[in-house]
Amino acid sequence: MKLWKQYRLRMRRKRLQLRAWRKGLQLRRVEDRTAAIRHGDVLLFCTLRNERVRLPYFLQYYRKLGIRHFLFVDNASDDGSREYLAGQPDASVWTTPASYKRSRYGVDWLNHLQRRHGHGHWCLVADVDEFLVYPFCDTRPIRALTDWLDASAIKSFGAMLIDMYPRGRIDAEPYCEGQDPLEIACWFDSGNYVFKRNREYGNLWIQGGPRARVFFPENPGRAPALNKIPLVRWDRRFVYASSTHMLLPRGLNRVYDEWGGEKTSGCLLHAKFLHSFAQKSEEELRRREHYAGGREYEVYAERLREDPELWCRWSEKYINWRQLEILGLMSKGNWA
Amino acid sequence: MKPGFIMLVHEALHRAGQVARYWASAGFPVVIHVDRRVPKARMAALQKRLTGLDNVRFCRRHACEWGTWSLVAAMQSAAETLLKEFPEASHVVATSGSCLPLRPADELAAYLADRPGTDFIESVTTADVAWTVGGIDYERFVLYFPFSWRRQRRLFDFAVALQRRLSIRRRLPPRLVPHLGSQWWCLTRETLTRILQDPDRRRHEAYFRYVWIPDESYFQSLVRLHSDRIDSRSLTLSKFDFQGKPHVFYDDHLQLLRRSDCFLARKIWPEAERLYGHFLSRERALQPRAEPNPARIDRLFARATEQRTRGRPGLYSQSRYPLPGRENGKTAGPYSVFEGFSALFEGFETWLGRHLGSRVHGHLFAPQRVEFAGGDKVYHGALSDSAALRDYDADRFLTNLIWATRGERQCFQFGPRDNQAPAWMMATDANAQISVISGAWAVALWRSRRDFAELRRDAASLQRIETEHLEILRSPWAKARVRIWTLAEFMENPMENLQGILEEIDPQRPRRPTEAPRMVQLDGFAQFLQKLRNEGMQPTLTGDFPAEPGPFPETAAPTRPRLVR
Repeated sequence: MKLWKQYRLRMRRKRLQLRAWRKGLQLRRVEDRTAAIRHGDVLLFCTLRNERVRLPYFLQYYRKLGIRHFLFVDNASDDGSREYLAGQPDASVWTTPASYKRSRYGVDWLNHLQRRHGHGHWCLVADVDEFLVYPFCDTRPIRALTDWLDASAIKSFGAMLIDMYPRGRIDAEPYCEGQDPLEIACWFDSGNYVFKRNREYGNLWIQGGPRARVFFPENPGRAPALNKIPLVRWDRRFVYASSTHMLLPRGLNRVYDEWGGEKTSGCLLHAKFLHSFAQKSEEELRRREHYAGGREYEVYAERLREDPELWCRWSEKYINWRQLEILGLMSKGNWA
Repeated sequence: MKPGFIMLVHEALHRAGQVARYWASAGFPVVIHVDRRVPKARMAALQKRLTGLDNVRFCRRHACEWGTWSLVAAMQSAAETLLKEFPEASHVVATSGSCLPLRPADELAAYLADRPGTDFIESVTTADVAWTVGGIDYERFVLYFPFSWRRQRRLFDFAVALQRRLSIRRRLPPRLVPHLGSQWWCLTRETLTRILQDPDRRRHEAYFRYVWIPDESYFQSLVRLHSDRIDSRSLTLSKFDFQGKPHVFYDDHLQLLRRSDCFLARKIWPEAERLYGHFLSRERALQPRAEPNPARIDRLFARATEQRTRGRPGLYSQSRYPLPGRENGKTAGPYSVFEGFSALFEGFETWLGRHLGSRVHGHLFAPQRVEFAGGDKVYHGALSDSAALRDYDADRFLTNLIWATRGERQCFQFGPRDNQAPAWMMATDANAQISVISGAWAVALWRSRRDFAELRRDAASLQRIETEHLEILRSPWAKARVRIWTLAEFMENPMENLQGILEEIDPQRPRRPTEAPRMVQLDGFAQFLQKLRNEGMQPTLTGDFPAEPGPFPETAAPTRPRLVR
């Protein structure tokens, strides 16, 4: 039984690899600077579509953390995102007009690029609206974290998604290019998350936060998953199985401790709920390129038309990683 | 007194070079051992970096591997070179390429001069150390360890298992008593010379070659044969975590390291620009002759290890999701569950809240919505009052609430009408204080004055649910502080019983409630129970209520009862 299960997971991994290769054929190179990647560089992989406004700050944030090279897949942007990225000295860009949905929301494309360029590197996968926070990120660059993980023989680093939102209507304050989106969306839910073990893949399935609270109070099972494992010391045998929620081989998903201790983890601050969100969700609703036919976006769009406010009396205002660690959302583990 | 430094280097050569230059240019001799596997180009770069310093030497190179003899061999070569080439060196300090001097070498020299003839080397017997990894402590001296633990783990484990099976016990060389300790020592020239020129050196080497991690035991054991005065501690601040790997220091440790007054620290992250910049700068004023005091750093790392191994009780998170029974505290703090009280007393929540000076919830697990204190729609931690969200994972709802309100005791009502899902979790939680008046739901039923047939059905179902619940509370696995009264028992002395609960919640405040909660009028309740019996539904949980309205002193009074004592 156990052997059979192992075999099945192995086959699934192989299939996903094959799929990644197949979907990789859809990618057209715009700018390839991967020759500049040096041994030990931490790389960032990202899929995007029409995110021109957010890009400058995104790049600035991750450059400051110590990301050495960015690898982007542009899914047919028409707002100049592609051209902007191609002009960045530390970015490589691919583009494709193919279906986002049918590349399993970009995962296949990135699996392909990671296999080709990420082998032996620490690879971070983040969307344009996700900002990684890890213990001591204000004083230690990401290399300090990855060196420590290497020394501890840890290959993957968990960082759950924390949805950030502004106080008041989410469309009240417009976001300007280059601005820190967390200046506007600086509130989050501190303690309403639920966890389930995924027996098959061994990961935790996390739900909750403002999206469960506001959009799915009567149907919590449909609330989006918040567990993420975005930072992995990549090996060409690895593959993301479903978004960045889980990987194969499944040992990589064990980023939590089961014996009462705490493993080191971070958070991905998700600045999705800005003024552009309402418009974006209407658009995504039309494109139907998102998870489960954009069912999630349907709920968002409907709910936001009525009352676009996520803030509540017990929302917590973001200060720094130490606050998240005290609240228990992330942990230093034994990294001191 | 002039200590000389030997330095074992295998990576971040530029940092090692920086530190070597710092010592050498202050006039202290340095001998560097570079791992043989370091490529020529990098070795050459290091040599170039150190040109022009006549008191720096490179010794014979060994290919070093953690846990093996090669590290001792490297130290021996380096020490021999140092003793031979620099006759002025009075002490030898063993360091690594990731060590950083926290105080100038002059201060170290002065410190050593104050303590002439003393060897600073941590050296303790195996019985007295708790930090060995892998469960191999004394066995490392009596088994053979020919395989690398890092590269040949399977062979290593197999060899250990086999030798245990065959009861192999190596004979120790005569006079040698195994000692362990940090490999970052500081020995006097005399002691070290005696160790290196020991007539039995070959025999000792042959023995230690197959001891596991000999760099932690070779000098530590031999020093016991050759030293006149041992101060069993290391002058190098070096802390190991629970997996036996050294803690690393970063820029943000600067103040902590400065105040530790230690002479050297290890291990430093090679990119820690501020640390290297600060501690290797020339302008630093000499400090008074302080004793090394790493207590604060010890505490920091001890806390980190604690967090990694035991975690924060009551926390469920992406980092910590313990298996059942491994929680080390299912919830973050004590809380009180009241069952049946709100049916018996009017405005019980308000009364209890006033008495305890805190907010008291209604039925948190009520079927329609979460009855947070004050009817709030959202509570601490942004917990929603949606029943569906709560029931999606009722245990987690409760642990989340207790976690989010740490430091403030939570009190809430519970009963057979509520979602029973968290019952096991509460019963097996040592933080829970559960007080039950069994059968009190019958009072609420009776007061609802609905159609009797309906009431009877309800009563039967509630009784069944509560019976099951009481079984859970009485199960051998229950860890909560449970009090169970039947309604009749409780009525015998209601205030005394309440008082007991309150005292347990807040033992610091022995003040009795000046005002009793108002109990509902029970005239006619006994008849209701009798009627249920007559209809074939036996209310077992209420206890033996007298069939005739009995004399309940406190309830019978038409006015609000006052306690006088």
